[in-house]
Amino acid sequence: MTTIYPGTLMAASAYHRPSTLPDALALLRDAAPAILAGATDLYPARAAAEAWMRQGPERPILDITGIAALRGIAHGPEGTRIGAAVTWAEIRDAARLPPAFDGLRAAAREVGGAQVQNRATVLGNLCNASPAADGAPPLLALGACVEVASAARGTRTLPLAAFILGNRRTALAPDELATALLVPSQSPTARGGVLKLGARSHLVISIAMAAGVIDTRSGRVTAARLAVGACSPVAQRLLQAEAAILGQPADPEALAAAILPRHLGPLAPIDDVRATAAYRRHAALVLLRRLVAGLAGADTRREAA
Amino acid sequence: MNAMPPATTALTVNGAEHRIAAAPMTRLSAVLRDQCGLTGTKVGCEAGDCGACTVLIDGVQACACLVPLGQVADAAVTTVEGLAADPLGAALQRSFLAHGAAQCGICTPGMLLAAMDLLARTPAPDEAQVQAALGGVLCRCTGYRKIIEAVMDAHRHAPLPAPPQTGAAVGARMVRADGAARVAGTALYGDDAAPADALHLRCIRSPHAHARFTIGDLGPLLARHPGLVRVLTAADVPGRNGFGIYADIKDQPVFAEGLVRYRGDAVCALVGDAATLAAIRAEDLPIAWQPLPAHATPAEALGGAPVQDRWADNVLTTGRVVSGNLEAGFAAAAHVVEGEWRTGFVEHAYIEPEAGYAVRVGDRIEVHCSTQAPAMDREEVAGVLGLPMEAVRIVPTACGGGFGGKLDAGIQPMLALAAWITGRPVRCALPRAESMASSTKRHPAAIAARAACDASGRLTAFAFDGTYDTGAYASWGPTVAGRVPVHAMGPYRVPAVNARARAVFTHNPPSGAFRGFGVPQAAIAQEALWDRLADALGMDRLEFRLLNALRPGNTTATGQRLEHSVGLVECLDALRPRWQALRAEAAAANARGGALRHGVGIACMWYGIGNTGMSNPSTMRITLDAAGRLVFWNGAVDIGQGSTTVLLQIAVDALGLPAAAFDQVMGDTDLTEDAGKTSASRQTFVSGRAAQEAGAALRRAILRRANAGDDAPLRLEGTRLHAGEAVLDLAALDAPLEGVGRFDPPTVPLDADGQGIPYATYGFAAQVAALAVDTDLGTVTLKRIVAAHDVGRTINPTLVEGQIHGGIAQGIGLALMEEYLPGRTENLHDYLIPTVGDVPPIECILVEAAEPLGPYGAKGIGEPALVPTAPAILSAIRDATGAEITRVPALPHRVLEAMSR
Ligand SMILES: Cc1cc2nc3c(=O)[nH]c(=O)nc-3n(C[C@H](O)[C@H](O)[C@H](O)COP(=O)(O)OP(=O)(O)OC[C@H]3O[C@@H](n4cnc5c(N)ncnc54)[C@H](O)[C@@H]3O)c2cc1C
Ligand code: FES
Ligand code: FES
Repeated sequence: MTTIYPGTLMAASAYHRPSTLPDALALLRDAAPAILAGATDLYPARAAAEAWMRQGPERPILDITGIAALRGIAHGPEGTRIGAAVTWAEIRDAARLPPAFDGLRAAAREVGGAQVQNRATVLGNLCNASPAADGAPPLLALGACVEVASAARGTRTLPLAAFILGNRRTALAPDELATALLVPSQSPTARGGVLKLGARSHLVISIAMAAGVIDTRSGRVTAARLAVGACSPVAQRLLQAEAAILGQPADPEALAAAILPRHLGPLAPIDDVRATAAYRRHAALVLLRRLVAGLAGADTRREAA
Repeated sequence: MNAMPPATTALTVNGAEHRIAAAPMTRLSAVLRDQCGLTGTKVGCEAGDCGACTVLIDGVQACACLVPLGQVADAAVTTVEGLAADPLGAALQRSFLAHGAAQCGICTPGMLLAAMDLLARTPAPDEAQVQAALGGVLCRCTGYRKIIEAVMDAHRHAPLPAPPQTGAAVGARMVRADGAARVAGTALYGDDAAPADALHLRCIRSPHAHARFTIGDLGPLLARHPGLVRVLTAADVPGRNGFGIYADIKDQPVFAEGLVRYRGDAVCALVGDAATLAAIRAEDLPIAWQPLPAHATPAEALGGAPVQDRWADNVLTTGRVVSGNLEAGFAAAAHVVEGEWRTGFVEHAYIEPEAGYAVRVGDRIEVHCSTQAPAMDREEVAGVLGLPMEAVRIVPTACGGGFGGKLDAGIQPMLALAAWITGRPVRCALPRAESMASSTKRHPAAIAARAACDASGRLTAFAFDGTYDTGAYASWGPTVAGRVPVHAMGPYRVPAVNARARAVFTHNPPSGAFRGFGVPQAAIAQEALWDRLADALGMDRLEFRLLNALRPGNTTATGQRLEHSVGLVECLDALRPRWQALRAEAAAANARGGALRHGVGIACMWYGIGNTGMSNPSTMRITLDAAGRLVFWNGAVDIGQGSTTVLLQIAVDALGLPAAAFDQVMGDTDLTEDAGKTSASRQTFVSGRAAQEAGAALRRAILRRANAGDDAPLRLEGTRLHAGEAVLDLAALDAPLEGVGRFDPPTVPLDADGQGIPYATYGFAAQVAALAVDTDLGTVTLKRIVAAHDVGRTINPTLVEGQIHGGIAQGIGLALMEEYLPGRTENLHDYLIPTVGDVPPIECILVEAAEPLGPYGAKGIGEPALVPTAPAILSAIRDATGAEITRVPALPHRVLEAMSR
């Protein structure tokens, strides 16, 4: 029996799974396909549309998971390169990431369930550009950039904050593919973390997420990057909050107290089914304070040991 | 450049090579089910949210609904059908059976494969590892605890427990009689068994809460799509274009006639081949909409334009119970408390959406479907098609969860209509969003209640006014409005009561039956009042409830004297040590300070088993024929709760032959008698008693024919039946021996003041919840739930615990996270139900205050398990923080808000 299911009508020729990047970029230039990686955002969006018979026109598909050059996590003097085909599970299980990546790894453990982690890509999470994308805050805190390629213009690199432009909007041109995340090399003493808040324990979209990477030397904060997700159309770095703790003694309680409501200026939370805007603003502050206290506490504990 | 993938894709499934001819973007789940014929992989959402489709791809778990075929070329896929070949897989399946980890079984394949992924790397995992591995698979039945145990135990490779001895079946932890097929993935559910040539049906539903519409000329649409065989509208309905639970209220149209009354109301249906239906978009249909103002709440509907002309004031039914002198009760009281509470729509979220197929057989119509009520479906289909009842056959498939939501006729009438008119088999499985938009819900309630006690703590008066949003159509609204006032004061002696519940029409989805029929909402108000009274008295909250608890010999507010089987005092006594210990632990934790505040809560419940003041009989039949075949003709549908097993255990002991000797024929309306619907916690009590009578009747027939004494042991060997010393040659029978049992619980209808005997017996329970509240964030972490339930007699402890666990999980959802908002939480990622990490350890205490009417003393457990959980959790939040939660779900922002009041 051959039942053809909604959303699967396209001819075989409209699905492309090239094995090289140039082939992929040529396709992108010539066929205006939709890009597919782990498919964990693409299929749910289809299911929602199909349920009310609002499925869009069929587009050809460019599946990028067969491209060897997009695979793997590589470490070099410049930093860490995370290919576009790298899944959340690969980040979660990676053996060689420095402690600054602990936040990204913690986020990886909480994106969906294991099935989603096993197939969903980190870069797909950013390209999908949901306000609640759990990849954005920890990668902002790592100072990550996105490498983008096209057949016509070669490669360019954008800071993450310039890559995600708004709710479901990125800086990608129609002929461009995001090829990698570039994370600058991190201080070996820097620590990263995230705190994710949701209304159940697994499979939950964040009500708010706080992420940070903090470095301390001789008991003082020498570097700090903090970001909050799900409280604005795009996750935000909080420069004022970072400034408030920079140079301060790495005392957990004092650092937490140094972060003030007015430092959350860039956030613009909304009311939705998960929470109210006022609650999100409040929760973001609580999470940030706990996060910096935890990161500083971990450092204090390590130095004492 | 390989821009042109091969026309077929190579795939290894369970070790066998397949070459699949399908578009590369076909979901792997569809490939496995439709091309490989492996329907053990289930589909609950096609969005990654439920995990029912979990398979292993090269040993790693993935949602098959999120994987394009093109991406798994040359990969090795393992599905549930391939598990038994691996000794570890087989051990895991046995462990699921032994622990009772599969109820309805629809989540079981996904659970098993997610667990295999873990066990292959970590043979003896701890609980945290199991939770991380299973976090992506939802189960709506089990509350997950038995699944966790089963996974942690699999490495022991234990054999299956032996079946119980005859005479000791009642009370035994017998493995589910229908369990093997569920863990093997071979049980056939609503979407698993349609004929290969079946057409597909796609229902077109209203995107508006209230609108007029006209359907234009369908000719061009049909002409454009040769694969579109027919478009069905109201004009095609040969019989009554309406269905509904009550004989005199068939108000929900199969297809609306020019006016829709809720988002999800059925307008017409496309019948054709799947590819054609998938290509048709909403804008291709010649439907013109004229949206109208909608009543979003009962407050708007009361005094507003009628939703249905027949009910000018929008009040469907008002239920009432009045007894004693209310004013005197309040006037004489030492303490009076009052409050208002609100609850929202709750979705059943069975993991199997509505599905089935219909086929015309000459002048008869057969509907094979996932249902809780085959006999009612039969009446509805007959009415809609204008056929005599004899012309309709309903064959229930395995049911992947119901909880009340599959009691209404659902898609059955339109499927039957499509097959009747086209003469072809027609199948349908609702997409998750359509299932959620169109199906019934738990009634949202707005409750105002007031209670009083004297200086010694004895309750003196209770007043309750509940407004229940019944949505656009009646469904079970009258049942809810009738049941709530009877139960509103809870299982307590209250000399003066005035309780009223109204079911009010709105332009919302129809509210119907959902585990507890409105009682869980009422219990939230009632139990919150007791906490306030106990505090006003300075009395322990458990002791306050104990002081007022119903006891044998007491009379209820409906004037019913309870003689037997009132086990609430035993439940509370059994809980007391755990209550005190948990309270001490919470106090010690709070003494350490910090943002986490610990609290312990308590709540009780009672629940009338069976229909309210109405006949609800069940008939069971057991036959023994000349071939030595012993058949249990059992019309009760097992929706996962375990009636197939429980009724068998009862029959085994009543007849005296072992479980293995029985064949069961289930549900089929051509072959079995009406056992009544699987609802109101009635199957163990009502059908159980009928099964006991049937077993006893067959036993008498055997003994009479064999001329053996009353206590002669029976033994069946081929066609030779030994009865003590005597031997009966069955081959010589000219007609099968038969035992028929019928039971209808004795009740007396309620009068205008709600006086009467609404139920023949009641279940009683008390639960304690221990939790911690993060006082900065308003988040709640459950620590433990202790549940004491008076079940009369435990027929099967594993199944009873399973019902308690599952009910508690749904109570947790009601209390903390579930809220259906039409058009907004129409999927399983915005509508949250508890996951494996949201159900804390549960301790079950089974109290047995035998019910003389019940089989071996048993009553029911299905709904009672859910009722006290939400109030116990809210009681614990109040204990921890002082916050009075008056609106559920208690989402973090609501808890924080309540704390600052
Ligand atoms: C059950 C479930 C739970 C989830 N839970 C979470 C969660 O907790 N937190 C969270 O943040 N997300 C969650 N998600 C969302 C999703 O899993 C992530 O966003 C995921 O990382 C997306 O990656 P993907 O590879 O699957 O993307 P795809 O679905 O393949 O693609 C997503 C989008 O990005 C585009 N795209 C992908 N890769 C590229 C590229 N290299 N260049 C250009 N465009 C590209 C695609 O065209 C598409 O528009 C969940 C999803 C599901 C189904
Ligand atoms: S059907 Fe695949 S996750 Fe629900
Ligand atoms: S047994 Fe898990 S959903 Fe029914």
